[in-house]
Amino acid sequence: MYDYWTGILDWKTAGLPVEGTSAQQPRLVDVVRRDVPTCSLGERLGDVRDRAAAAGWDACVVVSDGHVVLGLLRAAELRGDPDQLVDQAMRPGPSTYRPFVPVAELRGIMSDRNLESSPVTTSDGRLVGLVRKQDVGLR
Amino acid sequence: MAREIDRDEVQRLMAQGAQIVDVLPAREYREDHLPGAINLPLRKIEAGALRVLDPSRPVVVYCADPG
Repeated sequence: MYDYWTGILDWKTAGLPVEGTSAQQPRLVDVVRRDVPTCSLGERLGDVRDRAAAAGWDACVVVSDGHVVLGLLRAAELRGDPDQLVDQAMRPGPSTYRPFVPVAELRGIMSDRNLESSPVTTSDGRLVGLVRKQDVGLR
Repeated sequence: MAREIDRDEVQRLMAQGAQIVDVLPAREYREDHLPGAINLPLRKIEAGALRVLDPSRPVVVYCADPG
């Protein structure tokens, strides 16, 4: 007998398939953009902006060495003083969402809070990717 | 005594034909469960286990989360 002690929450957080009546509704794991650029606290904002733009992004997620989300640079922050450090420019501690959250749920949150984008993380805070408002059907 | 295992080991045991047992209430099981899992809610598990589980195959039980 084995005990999968972290349970179905861990399974869904990893984006693995489930069965059941709610299994067919789209979840963040289905729409999250895993190619979002990342940066660290000590980088120059100008360097990060250039790198993000070259990859076709106007956002960047600030992560630790262990890929834990520390902050977010949305378009407005990326337009700041290029010599500023990411640490000073970022929005610290953004709300994050787990991959199994239904898309419709995050759509409502992003609409209510007028969010451009939201990081998706594992339960221990590691970055999975970024969901932009267009990814959840918002303009 | 059950041995605690992680997600990778669950997947490995699934591939080997383990029986996956969801011990959550039936309503939660209906909403979502691991692929191929059967439902034996905790309060019925002793009676149900003998009836539905194959003693020759590994059994993996899970609930909602570590809490």
